Amino acid sequence: MRWWPLQTITIRKIDQTAFHEQIILSRNLFFVTVIKDLRLFIRITSSQAIIRRYFVVNGFDGALTMLGLATGFRVGGEAALPLMISACVGAAVALGVSGVTSAYISESAERQKALKELEQAMAADLNHTAHGMAARLVPFLIALVNGLAPLVISLVIITPLWLVRFAVDLPWPALDTVIGLAFVVIFFLGTFLGRVSGEFWLWSGIRTVSIALVTAMIIVVVSH
Amino acid sequence: MAKIRRLILDVLKPHHPNVVELAGALSAQGADYAVTINVLEMDDKTETLEVVVEGSDIHFDRLVERITELGGSLHSIDEVVAIADDNDSQD
Repeated sequence: MRWWPLQTITIRKIDQTAFHEQIILSRNLFFVTVIKDLRLFIRITSSQAIIRRYFVVNGFDGALTMLGLATGFRVGGEAALPLMISACVGAAVALGVSGVTSAYISESAERQKALKELEQAMAADLNHTAHGMAARLVPFLIALVNGLAPLVISLVIITPLWLVRFAVDLPWPALDTVIGLAFVVIFFLGTFLGRVSGEFWLWSGIRTVSIALVTAMIIVVVSH
Repeated sequence: MAKIRRLILDVLKPHHPNVVELAGALSAQGADYAVTINVLEMDDKTETLEVVVEGSDIHFDRLVERITELGGSLHSIDEVVAIADDNDSQD
């Protein structure tokens, strides 16, 4: 079953129950096909590594930015909670939008170039093939990962601020919890990198945490 | 209509999807299709293949459509084995 370009699914109405079963089956088949095709597009453009890299790089950006903001607020004397939340959300949204747009523009250009080169080698128009579809869809996927990684990671890290805002009691001060959470997320990003590279996960995690520690120390020194 | 039992196609395709994926995609076009692919030539971005498809009733158009969808192009049909359908022989 091909879902690109648009394909109409014809369902013969036998009786009401069979009709609904058919719709559910067609819908399931549609989603299974879409996921299979998306995986094919990622494979034929060899984009797994790029997606993984963008997720870690921009996720690390988001985590480090939140760590920087929280450390800055902590060192500079705690500001009002709404102000801290607004600053962190603003930075997270900016990172997200910047991630989506920059990755889409650059990846789209790269994919179109690769498609043109392949068309020349094949001496054929590949626009309506899996390669043409991949050249249009994969930049969008990469852009989403590139934008969502810092946005989601940042929003997760500042969860303690939201909780305090909604009058939830935390065992530690909100900013300290944010800083701690940022370190935990950065450690997990490091372990993920370690698993990808086949390195010992603990060393990889410790390395990224060391970078975060140095960043926090620089902020403390500069702020004083 | 005669039933096609065996086809040998000369196909040019990009390196991705690889021959294993292509063979899987082509064999999925029929319940009893057996697909053999030999790589005849490898270039910088493309490869030339000899695709052998065997089955009790091969749908040629469906195979070509799938090859095209995956970015390949059919250069030539090198061999065909077809047998007359029972209904045809009665006519």
